[in-house]
Amino acid sequence: MDLLRFATAGSVDDGKSTLIGRLLYDSKSIFEDQLSAVEESSRRRGDAVVNLALLTDGLRAEREQGITIDVAYRYFATPRRKFIIADTPGHIQYTRNMVTGASTADLAIILIDARKGVIEQTKRHSFVANLLKIRHLTVAVNKMDLVDYDEGVFHRIVQDFHAFASRLDDIAEITAIPVSALNGDNVVDKSDKMPWFKGPSLLYHLETVYTGGTENHVDARFPVQWIIRPQSHEHHDFRGYAGRVAGGVFKPGDTVSVLPSGFSTTVEKIYLPGGREIAEAFAPQSVVMTLKDEIDISRGDMLVKTNNPPNKGQDVEAMVCWFSQKPMEARGKYLLRHTTKETKAIVQELRYQVDIETLHKKEGVPTLAMNDIGRVSLRTATPLFYDSYRRNRLTGSFILVDPGTHETVAAGMIV
Amino acid sequence: MPHYQLDHLDQLEAEAIFVLRETAAQFQNPALLFSGGKDSIVMAHLAAKAFWPAKIPFPLLHIDTGHNFAETIAYRDSFTEELGARLVVGHVQDSIDKGRVKEEKGPYASRNALQSVTLLDTIEEHKFTACLGGGRRDEEKARAKERFFSHRDDFGQWDPKNQRPELWNLFNGRHHPGEHFRIFPLSNFTEMDIWMYLRREAVALPPLYFAHQREVFARHGSLLAVTEHITLLETEKPERKTVRFRTIGDVTCTGAVESNAATLDDVIAEVAAARQTERGTRADDKRSETAMEDRKKEGYF
Repeated sequence: MDLLRFATAGSVDDGKSTLIGRLLYDSKSIFEDQLSAVEESSRRRGDAVVNLALLTDGLRAEREQGITIDVAYRYFATPRRKFIIADTPGHIQYTRNMVTGASTADLAIILIDARKGVIEQTKRHSFVANLLKIRHLTVAVNKMDLVDYDEGVFHRIVQDFHAFASRLDDIAEITAIPVSALNGDNVVDKSDKMPWFKGPSLLYHLETVYTGGTENHVDARFPVQWIIRPQSHEHHDFRGYAGRVAGGVFKPGDTVSVLPSGFSTTVEKIYLPGGREIAEAFAPQSVVMTLKDEIDISRGDMLVKTNNPPNKGQDVEAMVCWFSQKPMEARGKYLLRHTTKETKAIVQELRYQVDIETLHKKEGVPTLAMNDIGRVSLRTATPLFYDSYRRNRLTGSFILVDPGTHETVAAGMIV
Repeated sequence: MPHYQLDHLDQLEAEAIFVLRETAAQFQNPALLFSGGKDSIVMAHLAAKAFWPAKIPFPLLHIDTGHNFAETIAYRDSFTEELGARLVVGHVQDSIDKGRVKEEKGPYASRNALQSVTLLDTIEEHKFTACLGGGRRDEEKARAKERFFSHRDDFGQWDPKNQRPELWNLFNGRHHPGEHFRIFPLSNFTEMDIWMYLRREAVALPPLYFAHQREVFARHGSLLAVTEHITLLETEKPERKTVRFRTIGDVTCTGAVESNAATLDDVIAEVAAARQTERGTRADDKRSETAMEDRKKEGYF
């Protein structure tokens, strides 16, 4: 079965948790014991209706404060597709969670309150989704029940959104749907309250939209993760390179180069985990490759097709989102993790910060604080082999790690 | 399905294999938590595939409450032998004997909560820097927010509000001496995916997962097995029923369901139609609304 990963962004007030609760509930992915536990909690809290948000807000602090703190992952399936939802909180202070949830998603649902229309938060969510290269945006105009299911309200909001979205880059498709998460209108089933709307219900759209995945199937990239040397009688001379294809397609017989050494050799065999031989390997498969020649290769090296090499260099330009409470240090030194490689990196320059309220560039800012997004230039201690994030999410992304605390302090997308 | 697209089980497998290899690469001394339950069977099966044709480069670790189904132990021993894996066992009885934990008393006594202490002691004794677990995010609402690479402090505690952000394929396993990680390669599997994967891979399972006759009694809406480790209340009457288990853990808190499902196909059909989660049969989760989060903070699996 096909799998779709999507992210949702919105705050409590937009009814995001209610919408997800509704998707899970109406697609029968919620079990009786979960529902009765939520009914019981709602009763104890004195909620007038069963609070579907309690299905998703799992941590004690979240239930106490009635807010979503962290990215939560939800699962449901219909006969057509399996879904993984990255459910991210929408408050401004939680940009880092939105970035995290969006990093593995193919599609984002942008929630808009029909009474408020396109507001700063809508733009912020769309900007983050776009920055992380989500090319499919589904605009759910929620709370249509509170605007009398009015067609004019919906169309004005859709027009405003398109006007704003023209400033985004490389969007494949935008679908807008008027819904009421509370009552279930147009969430799973088409609503009879909005006969003027000819489009699909939200679930039908999610089941049928074609995204083609986010993988790159053009530029062959294989970051070596682990060397397999059985040292047993049966497999005495076996030397396999285990890893996950990060881009393109590899076949036995392909001429490949090993980076950084630059040696060329030929792919001998490709195995799936467990040993089944295959004729080609593509992203995101985890495989083992053997090569014709014995070359010194270790974790962090990359196999690429000789006729299509990646960029190589110690100076990279990137958009970064800062995660740590400790602000980015000018000339600060961090550990940089890129594919299976780790190297030291120094922040050369903060070129500008993006004001995520207005999307304007602010130049001359001294640092990035938690949840800030900005463009930096970095210098690494050893060369990176990379593609732009636009071209390949896996070879174009990195994280920065604080060498003292070992915390993940930032995520970066190479420009 | 178009060319160069994987079906969902292949995607989940590729992800889990990547995480297993990443664990071997980033940690000096990892171990794979093995309980004989279906999730840990999938884990061990995946680990064997991930490093083929070499052996699994770390041991399996079983935390033994002493309150097991006999079938689980028999399965554990034959399965580890078949994989050629090394097995390390930590005994809750040892923790009790050493006075590290106090056995619960009364009819509801369970060693389930005591396992956390034995687990942390065993981790310390063997200096394991990472423990691979079969936890899934669909199991429970606190687990839904846990990372693949989940950090534990010096005291083995999980701090849910201070987790490392996890993006793309990039896992940060850096740690200071004394800290360790719990790693969950099956995070994105659902219960249904586990069953479908077991069927696809034709993995043999302990017979407990299939319908069989057993003496059981009803408690708090679950059917518990009659064993020497549970004292029945006067009102509780044992009955012989055809049952199977949806999860397998300590006998004192693992509930059975009435079922005639005798094969994996039957089980999958039953899971698809089920209106109760599998943890609905677990007495340990019914102790409070945030029972799982509270136990995890203390160092539970």
